[in-house]
Amino acid sequence: MRGEERRGFPHSSPLTPHQIMGLAKRIIPCLDVTDGRVVKGVNFVALRDAGDPVEIARRYDEQGADELTFLDITASSDNRGLILHIIEEVAAQVFIPLTVGGGVRAVDDVRRLLNAGADKVGINTAAVSNPQLVADASSRFGSQCIVVAIDAKQVSVAGEPLCWHVFTHGGRKDTGLDAVAWAKNMEQRGAGEILLTSMDRDGTKIGFNLDLTRAVADAVGIPVIASGGVGNLDHLVDGVLKGHADAVLAASIFHYGEYSVEQAKRYMAQHGIEVRL
Amino acid sequence: MSSIAVVDYGMGNLRSVAKALEHVAPDARIVVTSDASEIAQADRVVFPGVGAMPECMRELEVRGLRQVLVEVAQTKPFLGICLGMQALFEFSEEGNVAGLGVLPGKVRLFPIEAMHDTQGQRLKVPHIGWNEVHQAVSHPLWNGITNGARFYFVHSYYVEAGNPELVAAFTHYPFAFACAVARNNIFAVQFHPEKSQAAGLKLLANFAEWNGMASNLG
Repeated sequence: MRGEERRGFPHSSPLTPHQIMGLAKRIIPCLDVTDGRVVKGVNFVALRDAGDPVEIARRYDEQGADELTFLDITASSDNRGLILHIIEEVAAQVFIPLTVGGGVRAVDDVRRLLNAGADKVGINTAAVSNPQLVADASSRFGSQCIVVAIDAKQVSVAGEPLCWHVFTHGGRKDTGLDAVAWAKNMEQRGAGEILLTSMDRDGTKIGFNLDLTRAVADAVGIPVIASGGVGNLDHLVDGVLKGHADAVLAASIFHYGEYSVEQAKRYMAQHGIEVRL
Repeated sequence: MSSIAVVDYGMGNLRSVAKALEHVAPDARIVVTSDASEIAQADRVVFPGVGAMPECMRELEVRGLRQVLVEVAQTKPFLGICLGMQALFEFSEEGNVAGLGVLPGKVRLFPIEAMHDTQGQRLKVPHIGWNEVHQAVSHPLWNGITNGARFYFVHSYYVEAGNPELVAAFTHYPFAFACAVARNNIFAVQFHPEKSQAAGLKLLANFAEWNGMASNLG
């Protein structure tokens, strides 16, 4: 084991000698849920049914997923409550952290999701329209359960310094906010984590936007989850090693059975990344 | 039928703790409660919690739970989780508040400026994710759990035990801190067993059968 500082207990040693590793990088399958079903589209169009959320959640848990993220993309308000039932059902069977986002507008929405069994709640559009919500939710429930989701799109053109703006409303509206500055702002207001999605890459399967990921991950002191664009296992490795992400999120490569979560973890471990196996 | 009280004081998601206990101990009666007499009557007590320490202590005060918690922490198999571990100590840097003072020691913020791994990479705070739990003592609650198994953490503050004999396990981030403490009938963990899949469920199953004696032979 490493001979390093210990605080508050100079005597103890492990019962059996083994190598001490550090915090594992997380692999997080993402389930986009609409009207009670998991779907996946490219740039929010051409949604394709991927199955029952509870069944899929159980499968990923068995494969060793470190967490699960559910994004409620239900359009009609009639079916808004469905996500609560799904989370309740998943939380009774799957004992890993669950993050739920989509349509969170008020502290009361956060409370409802946490009570249903979510461990963390993602706030996206509402963080822009009402940044105080992040501060309020974080001081009420603790920053550890507040994930600010940032959808970023590159706005600089070739030859200019790289610049990304925060987009809302499913990527349709440019807020004019600089994504890196916004991430720092959200950290100061009490976000516990940043879920960073590259709108340019989402659904394209050409890999994370590594410049964007690194720019944000290096700028903030809270963990950053990279999202958008994963098409193969090298992309996950790059997200951590080149993008400096603390966790990587992917959807379609897992949903359609191209790779299992376990395969992804073994591949990352082969590339020197610490994972939970 | 044995009963396990999960202390409800308005801090965080108790459903997952209760669900995980129901999963591992289908024959036990799991009660999520803020009623002091129900807590006092239970065979075992779980004291969970996420959120901030000042609110935690305020809620315990408002609900009149301070005294019963101090009592049962001395008499019954008692499991503190996350904030429920931190609250057992004398003092927390989070809001500079006094805790229950059941165990000696204090709760400190990770030193943001000093958070670097051996390669010089910045370590993020909160400490979120799966880290290794290195068992420092033999204990019934570790039965069947591999030394070094990963558990799920999410916290910005850590316990600095006032007595090294309390430490039941440690985790490196980037220095070794006490991620589990044990004394007599008390076992308390910084990580979330209810969110730590197989290893976490095993720990909860061990707790559901624990007689409150620190020795494996007890």
